[in-house]
Amino acid sequence: MDAILAENLHKRYKAVQALDGVSFAVREGEVFGLLGPNGAGKSTTVRVLTTLTRPDSGRALVGGEDVVAHPARVRRMFGYVAQDSGVDWEATGRENLLLQGRIHGMSGAPLRARVDELLGLVGLSEAADRQARGYSGGMKRRLDIALGLVHKPKVLFLDEPTTGLDPEARAAMWVEVERLAQAESLTILLTTHYLEEADRLAERVAIVSKGRIVVEGTPEELKRNLHGESVSVELSEQNGRVTEAEKIVGGIANDVKLDGHVLRARVPNGAQAIPVILGALDDAGIAVASVTTARPSLDDVYLHYTGRDFASEDEGRA
Amino acid sequence: MIGQAVRQTGWMVLRQLRNLIRQPIWVVMMIVQPMIWLVLYGQLFSKVPALRGGAGSYVEFLAPGIICMNAFFGGMWSGMGMITDLDRKVIDRFLAAPASRFAIVLSQVVRAGITAMVQTLVILLVGLALGVRVHGGVAGWLVVFAAAFLLASAFAGFSNGLALIFRRPESMIATANMVGLPLMFLSAILLGFTLMPGWIKTIARFNPVNWGVEAGRNAVVYNTAWAATGEFLVFLLAAMAVTSLFATWCFRSYQRSI
Repeated sequence: MDAILAENLHKRYKAVQALDGVSFAVREGEVFGLLGPNGAGKSTTVRVLTTLTRPDSGRALVGGEDVVAHPARVRRMFGYVAQDSGVDWEATGRENLLLQGRIHGMSGAPLRARVDELLGLVGLSEAADRQARGYSGGMKRRLDIALGLVHKPKVLFLDEPTTGLDPEARAAMWVEVERLAQAESLTILLTTHYLEEADRLAERVAIVSKGRIVVEGTPEELKRNLHGESVSVELSEQNGRVTEAEKIVGGIANDVKLDGHVLRARVPNGAQAIPVILGALDDAGIAVASVTTARPSLDDVYLHYTGRDFASEDEGRA
Repeated sequence: MIGQAVRQTGWMVLRQLRNLIRQPIWVVMMIVQPMIWLVLYGQLFSKVPALRGGAGSYVEFLAPGIICMNAFFGGMWSGMGMITDLDRKVIDRFLAAPASRFAIVLSQVVRAGITAMVQTLVILLVGLALGVRVHGGVAGWLVVFAAAFLLASAFAGFSNGLALIFRRPESMIATANMVGLPLMFLSAILLGFTLMPGWIKTIARFNPVNWGVEAGRNAVVYNTAWAATGEFLVFLLAAMAVTSLFATWCFRSYQRSI
């Protein structure tokens, strides 16, 4: 049985079609990543699956229970770590966890023991009895994750778990998530707009764009399916002939994309293609500043399937 | 189901009270403000015997009025707590867990009621020092506390419903002022019923603020119309139930927006 199943989910907010037919399935024990820029529909998908909002149409099951028909049953199955921290600032870390456990119907010694265990697990034992108001961003985030795990759920939703954290805290959070997934044998649905995060944590990834899933697979599969390598050609700064250059490279390589004065393209074999590309540009008298080649990244996968550059789209929407 | 909701309400009320006490500035404001009102209004109108409505002093006449004014405004503003919880996504966290929506509302409503009772105690103690006597005896004290609790709770339910619909402090403040000030002046808070123009009297009969004032004033000053006092308290209890259910229903509006 799938731990999470989404079938053709649609959801519209006034003028925006947030979900336009989202379908995917997450197997038990799997870490599944929804990858896409802000506004692509990742968080809306999670809000539907966590019963916070209803889909206009489509079906969703968590732990085999329908989120629309039996929201109360579904809420017992999962833990939810929202994009924005849900910590009660005036309460201490421990008080936050105790109340969350009580909402889940836990009480007494088992609850206190579970709270102690979690505080240790996320490294907040020392800060447990201080008001969360004074916690750093990383500490609040770790408390959020502990809040999602109090009732020992089988499924954990992690909505943008590292957004707003500095790189060091982000790397620490990745280690944390991997460890928790192991220790609590969790099925995790992770949303992220960091490619490296999906690459690092998720066993399978679905790329979301404009309310739809455009491709799905393991990060390795997705990269392998691109057949080849990516080439970046940086033209000299004052070159006024970028579109001409784009045309020339387009005659040699696939998926050419112009980003400022950098041309990016996909070729079957970088070592063979680079001399050809450089020769053609040189013949046309277009000066080149640098050329790099790389094995395809999820970034290239994203570009290939959506026709848009990940970083620039993200900026445009944020 | 119901047992679960009751337990959750209890824990959430404890959370509210604990968080309140952790903001000492609020506690000080909560205690000082009603004292200022009682002393200020009491002095301002003390030389106008007609306003006393048969009480020994204007302060004695005024004390139940100030108690209700406090309770009512406290309730009207209680939605601000809901907005803070919405902003900090605490509510989303509760909603994605099996938290009863009614318990979330009730915790705000009960907090407003308890706050109003603490303020009532402060006002009565200051009043005693200024010569106010509770002529209704023990029953009188109980009625005043009940009226304060119910009045604050009834308007807290309304306020929390607005908070869930508007979700923005500016809209809350505007509505609280627009609804709040007229309701205050359409009641017998500051002067006796007999001095009001006829049309205001008519409106005041349907004004929950006035139900609280009438009940409280009988308990403190007149000690006569106990049947009517009981009726007013029952009306307030009904108002509290209606507005709390209204606020619970408003979660639909909120959840459509997220």
